[in-house]
Amino acid sequence: MTTSNHYSTSQTTTFVKRKLRNNPSAQRWRQRFFLGLFLIFLLLPIYWLVSMSFKTNTEILSGFSLFPKSLTFDSYIEILTDPSWYMGYVNSLLYVVTNMLISILVALPAAYAFSRYRFIGDKHLFFWLLTNLMAPPAVFLLPYFQLYYSVGLFDTHIAVALAHCLFNIPLAVWILEGFMSGVPKEVDETAYIDGYSFPRFFVRVFIPMIRSGIGVTLFFLFMFSWVELLLARTLTATDAQPIGAIMTRTRGASGIDWSLLAAAGTLTILPGVMVVYFVRNYIAKGFALGRT
Amino acid sequence: MNKVENNKAWFLVLPMLLLVAFSAIIPLMTVVNYSVQDILGSSAYFVGTEWFKDILNDSQLQQALIRQFIFSFTILAIEVPLGIGVALMMPKKGWRASLILILVTLPLLVPWNVVGTIWLIFTRTDIGLAGVGLRELGYAYNITRNDGDAWVTIVLMDVWHWTPLVALLCYSGLQAIPQAYYQAARIDRASRWAIFRYIQLPKLSNVLVIGVLLRFMHSFMIYAEPFVLTGGGPGSSTTFLSQTLTTMAIGQQDLGPSAAFSIIYFLIILAVCYCFYVAILNMGRDKNTSQPR
Repeated sequence: MTTSNHYSTSQTTTFVKRKLRNNPSAQRWRQRFFLGLFLIFLLLPIYWLVSMSFKTNTEILSGFSLFPKSLTFDSYIEILTDPSWYMGYVNSLLYVVTNMLISILVALPAAYAFSRYRFIGDKHLFFWLLTNLMAPPAVFLLPYFQLYYSVGLFDTHIAVALAHCLFNIPLAVWILEGFMSGVPKEVDETAYIDGYSFPRFFVRVFIPMIRSGIGVTLFFLFMFSWVELLLARTLTATDAQPIGAIMTRTRGASGIDWSLLAAAGTLTILPGVMVVYFVRNYIAKGFALGRT
Repeated sequence: MNKVENNKAWFLVLPMLLLVAFSAIIPLMTVVNYSVQDILGSSAYFVGTEWFKDILNDSQLQQALIRQFIFSFTILAIEVPLGIGVALMMPKKGWRASLILILVTLPLLVPWNVVGTIWLIFTRTDIGLAGVGLRELGYAYNITRNDGDAWVTIVLMDVWHWTPLVALLCYSGLQAIPQAYYQAARIDRASRWAIFRYIQLPKLSNVLVIGVLLRFMHSFMIYAEPFVLTGGGPGSSTTFLSQTLTTMAIGQQDLGPSAAFSIIYFLIILAVCYCFYVAILNMGRDKNTSQPR
């Protein structure tokens, strides 16, 4: 849509751009200044966490310094060599990935149905789905504990993965439906005329067409499963304990091990940063749930 | 989009339905079951709506509810305008846009309890940058003693954590505005404010409704961040609904009352979100009639 307009009026665009550039340059600097302030506000707490993870505990407690005086990696080494620490990350990643797979597999056909067909009760079903997105995890805490305990899934990765489906499947359906509705229906019709069966059309033609949408959806599934702790902590004890629960161990008898806590915190941010890099171009659209 | 009437679509929805039913309906029914019974060990009595009456008259819970509403509306009032402002200032393309996009997304990717930890470390008066800084400036900042400090810190933490979501939503809304609109505005010599009011804001309304919906939902369920940062204190000045409920259900094992509380809690969120949902649906209808996709 934008590109076609752009083509027909490219000359005026450059003209307007030139005017914009010459005219309110003070305004542009003011914008940069405020944006810079906001970014500092966002990054300062994170910087403090990271810088603390490179300090020793004596340095943290003895005096106040903006930068680590003697760079130490002790806390990171401790976390990455002690299985009771790093297994927390492995556990978290395991249930997050399991959840992503389950959610996307069941959400894809469901989202297709919502975006292409009218069927009995579709609107009610969709709202019911969204209500699960709104359900406070605290409400489901106790029943989940009892349900998973009684079916013998307590303290397994699959239990947490299934529990997170509560909000991740509705979210996936919602985002995917937005992206799928952006694909013209003529694509489906042409494919059927060409003799594609539904499953073949769906896997060979349709899924490749919305792959950026799927990427963004996977990113969101990752994000919401990764940041959730209340359910993950309640449904696990030792074997599948998430890193968020293990972090509380830094509160020992002799006070809190600040350096270790900061290092563990820093390591929980890293996976998200790696994932966001891949979807950076689509992320804005994804945040609007594919509806811009 | 003109949808085709086809009830076979149910087969496509079915796997999803079974899975969500397992993780939503069964637990919800358990909660409903508890809420009407008095459970003592292995014996249970039917008590009807007794627990609901208790919960609705509990002054402690009423206060938690009021705190929750004040909190949710406060953060909405700050985050929505701030998010729009940030989105307007973000560069539109180039490597700088990508970099800022990633930086702004950063707080959203931090696990919620780590958000609490970050702010705990940041605001401690002995080791925190903000804590020590405020002390140096002569303000006796203390989130474990002073209600006001704790409250402001929690709000600030939430603004830090979630303004990026609103900003990203608005950013994507702004990206979708065709250049021709701006050109027309230039020709009409529209002021900066007029461009915002009559071109950008109407286009943002769609994403803003989604943003407000998500923000309201999440702020209403907030748990891990204040739990780690203040533990709900000082006193119970920052104890919100989720924490009250968790203490009741897990800490005191009051199954009946906490189940009744859960249902009331859920219904409040549902009622508010239904309004938003209807708004979104109507929006979609306008869009469909005005510009065929």
